[in-house]
Amino acid sequence: MAEAWHWITQLGNSKIVALLLFFGTFVGILWYVFTNKQRSERLETYKYMPFQDDEDGDTENKAVTDDERN
Amino acid sequence: MAHTSVGSPEQYNYAIVKKFAIMALVWGVLGMSVGTYIASELAFPFLNFDIPYITFGRLRPVHTTLVIFGFGGSALFATSYYIVQRTCQTRLWSDFLANFTFYGWQVGVAGGAISYMLGYSQGREYAEFEWPLDLAIAVVWVSYFLVYVQTLRRRSQPHIYVANWFFMAFILATALLHIFNNLAVPVGLFTLKSYSLFSGAQDAMTQWWYGHNAVGFFLTAAFLGMMYYFVPKQAGRPVYSYRLSIIHFWALIFLYMWVGTHHLHWTAIPDWTSTLAATFSILLLMPSWGGMINGIMTLSGAWDKLRTDPIMLFLTTSLAFYGMSTFEGPMMALKSVNALSHYTDWTVGHVHSGALGWVAMVSFGSFYHMIPRLYDTKIYSVKLVYVHFWLATIGIVLYITSMWVSGIGQGLLLRAFDDYGNLAYTFVESVSFMHIPLVVRALGGAFFVSGILTMAFNITMTITAAKREQAAIEAKIAAKMANA
Repeated sequence: MAEAWHWITQLGNSKIVALLLFFGTFVGILWYVFTNKQRSERLETYKYMPFQDDEDGDTENKAVTDDERN
Repeated sequence: MAHTSVGSPEQYNYAIVKKFAIMALVWGVLGMSVGTYIASELAFPFLNFDIPYITFGRLRPVHTTLVIFGFGGSALFATSYYIVQRTCQTRLWSDFLANFTFYGWQVGVAGGAISYMLGYSQGREYAEFEWPLDLAIAVVWVSYFLVYVQTLRRRSQPHIYVANWFFMAFILATALLHIFNNLAVPVGLFTLKSYSLFSGAQDAMTQWWYGHNAVGFFLTAAFLGMMYYFVPKQAGRPVYSYRLSIIHFWALIFLYMWVGTHHLHWTAIPDWTSTLAATFSILLLMPSWGGMINGIMTLSGAWDKLRTDPIMLFLTTSLAFYGMSTFEGPMMALKSVNALSHYTDWTVGHVHSGALGWVAMVSFGSFYHMIPRLYDTKIYSVKLVYVHFWLATIGIVLYITSMWVSGIGQGLLLRAFDDYGNLAYTFVESVSFMHIPLVVRALGGAFFVSGILTMAFNITMTITAAKREQAAIEAKIAAKMANA
């Protein structure tokens, strides 16, 4: 275990470990966001949050839905 | 699934938002006027008048501090406090601490500007504050963090809207940058002088780690938070893709921290750090353009709004400038391009296409949307918003095109050799060449200042009218109560 830590603390090795960790995490985020259809739909519902406390009352600022946009 | 509930404006702390918004405009007018003055000093050096307090060297940090921290910082406090309350549907946590951030921030900015004019500066670009002010700012910033996080914690929505992610990243990264870049040992308790903990190449790398991440997290991520709320609100349609905004966030946050060293190409730093910074700068183009496309495509199906809504013009143009400057930046980070562009006015033009085109324009658009709502009224004059838009746009175009001419010309002149390997031009020949572009740049600045003055007038009239309407309503109610 101590040897493994020693290996990671070498600058040349820690750079690669950090890169793999960050890149792996980023790929994980991509996978999480785009793979599951239900999850995708849930995530897209959050885009309406800015419109949920409208006290403006003006119809101009009522959000259109994606169907209306398309 | 997000909860649906409608909040009343009384449940929010709008007083703090109003105060920050007004001070943003005050600092904006002052800072941009100082900028135009020092631009004129470069074109006409007699304007220094041999008065030490107003020489270019002292006024330059006054300009950058007032526009970045005074205008930009106050605009971010105002909009972040507004957005976090509206999207979490809860009141801002601790009125006392929120007020403390307001007065602390304003005193910090004013103290910095005065100290620079008196000649006190620690000489770190965009971080010229001497150590007592640095400490005070750190305390204010931690209070800001507390107010923001506690407000998020008491939200009535299960999900935290993406704009708040950008603001949180901005608050955390700025704390990190500010503290580490300003690590210094004061000479004494009763002196402003201190010595940095870093020296030589390490000092340069720390400075540009701070400098570029100030651009990345203060002037980009935070204003993207602004964009992700106000563009959908003003367009009346949700952001184009929420999933893209998530990817945009994580990619931007991951990539920005690595690129600072591209400010130090061809200097005494290890070559691999230079290459690393250039590589990550090119990668950064992807999230930047992803965000820009996400913002612009929010208008998909409603492009006609650009013909009728000047606020939408501000917001969309800001995104166009964001796209342009985030293309130009990675290009300038390439070592070969940087060899020409560095130490020239091209860099100054690039910074201002981002600062004026992106940061200021998205702030103006957001303020035109937010301020009338804060006062429950309509904007005083829509025509003046159009006038402001065109003054600002013409100003930016004059500014950046003149700086391209000046910078590229300057770079070419300084790099030209004759057949014998001698420099083909003297330094003063390059200065002489730059005179006309410098005059045009000052003119561009004057256009931009005229624009913000127009806005200040329009907003003042809007607030005055709102207060008059409010007073009339209160008088009516009082009269009714008296008669009852």
